[in-house]
Amino acid sequence: MKKLIVAASCALALAAGVAQAEERNLRIAFDVPYEPFEYKDENGELSGFEVELAEAMCEEMSANCEFVIQAWDGMIPGLLARKFDLIMSSMSITPERAERVLFSEPYYNTPGGWFGPESFNTDVTDMDAMKGKTVGVQRGTTMDTYVTEEMGGIVTIKRYTTADDMVLDLEGQRLDVVFVDYPVGEQTVLNKEGFKEVAEPVKLGEGVGVAMRKRDADLAEDVNAALSTLKEDGTYDTIMDKYFAYDIKM
Amino acid sequence: MPDFIAEWLDKNDVFTAMTLMEYWGGMVTTVQLVFLSLVIGLVVAVPLAILRTVKNPFISGPVWFYTYIFRGTPLLIQLYIIYYGLAQIEGIQETFWWLIFREPFYPALLAFTLNTAAYTTEIIRGAIVSTPNGEIEAAKAYGMNWFMRMRRIVLPSAARRGVQAYSNEVIFMLHASAIASVVTIVDLTGAARNIYSRFYAPFDAFIFVALLYMLLTFALVFAFRKLENHLLKHQRPLNS
Repeated sequence: MKKLIVAASCALALAAGVAQAEERNLRIAFDVPYEPFEYKDENGELSGFEVELAEAMCEEMSANCEFVIQAWDGMIPGLLARKFDLIMSSMSITPERAERVLFSEPYYNTPGGWFGPESFNTDVTDMDAMKGKTVGVQRGTTMDTYVTEEMGGIVTIKRYTTADDMVLDLEGQRLDVVFVDYPVGEQTVLNKEGFKEVAEPVKLGEGVGVAMRKRDADLAEDVNAALSTLKEDGTYDTIMDKYFAYDIKM
Repeated sequence: MPDFIAEWLDKNDVFTAMTLMEYWGGMVTTVQLVFLSLVIGLVVAVPLAILRTVKNPFISGPVWFYTYIFRGTPLLIQLYIIYYGLAQIEGIQETFWWLIFREPFYPALLAFTLNTAAYTTEIIRGAIVSTPNGEIEAAKAYGMNWFMRMRRIVLPSAARRGVQAYSNEVIFMLHASAIASVVTIVDLTGAARNIYSRFYAPFDAFIFVALLYMLLTFALVFAFRKLENHLLKHQRPLNS
């Protein structure tokens, strides 16, 4: 009997060892700061909605996760160059991006928000009134695509790499209005004296997904499974309520 | 348009007529920005270089300080200070200056001009102080006054010695102008960044723009070789 127990525990240990070896090591990339999705808190620790969601997802997939910080411009090239395996940095799903990377099911969607100075009273949907206005967007975002397609040639579009530079130019009156991801505008523009939301938020695009390399189809399956478990068992809602007063779930 | 070009344009997503127009617009902006800053910079640099060679330190000192500051700091920082810094000055939006500095083009032009003028001043100064003494003594012996000596002897002779160094400065300026895109100017680099972020095709977008920069550089190198041949004709062996 004793022998059997020893043998069984040996087999168990061996099996566990095998499982250990199969445990996935994943590197997940974020572009910080993008409050409240990913940013460094006072202690310099990565924090935010997507960071916590990534932690929960890794636990669900029982994967070893390492978080990598990567600037937005080099996000997709970095993924393709295998510097990391997943992007969870508020990357909206677009057909152009889907040609280069494999997206998971969307895990959130925030609208685009129009923000401007208190004195701004123009209806942004009225193209005649908007003629000649200067609109700021972040380069390559779904907001950029929307303004380029809907208002290109009517308004002057200024494209920025970071939201900070854009807000600086809004303050300096170089821009009449900015069209930016709603939570970002809320954190950067509305915090300042003399600025307001000038129009209803606009729902854009298909939402935000985890981006992976095209060849990692197995990984995508596991990610989708983990995300749908988190959405159903309430973990997702707990994390979301911590950061948002409104619903961004998809 | 030849058929094979039309066919090639049809097949690829990145180089459509629209993106080519965007590159063209960027090229026009880059050429305007670089050309204007170089012309104004050169016009400013010649008198500054002469002042810089004056023995009185109250005249040459300020010029030395100016070139020291603008050669001692990165152009990117100078552009940031002029573009974002000026906009933060209280009340500037209500003045006439804002008509100029509201647009990114003029702050960039100002930064580029001040920068290239500083380098060009030092290039010309170096050429002036290395004028052979004999040339100046000969001019004096002919009874030329200071102004005439400058105009007929020192500056033309300095131009011959400075032209090679200056051609480098011109090419550096063309390449440095790529940073204009950080203040929302859609120059060549700005166009490439827009197209890159639209299609996520870094190779296509940036290699194409690199070729355009090379094209401009070759044009400059060619023009300067012609100019050098003209200015330095007297140094060539007779049988060439």
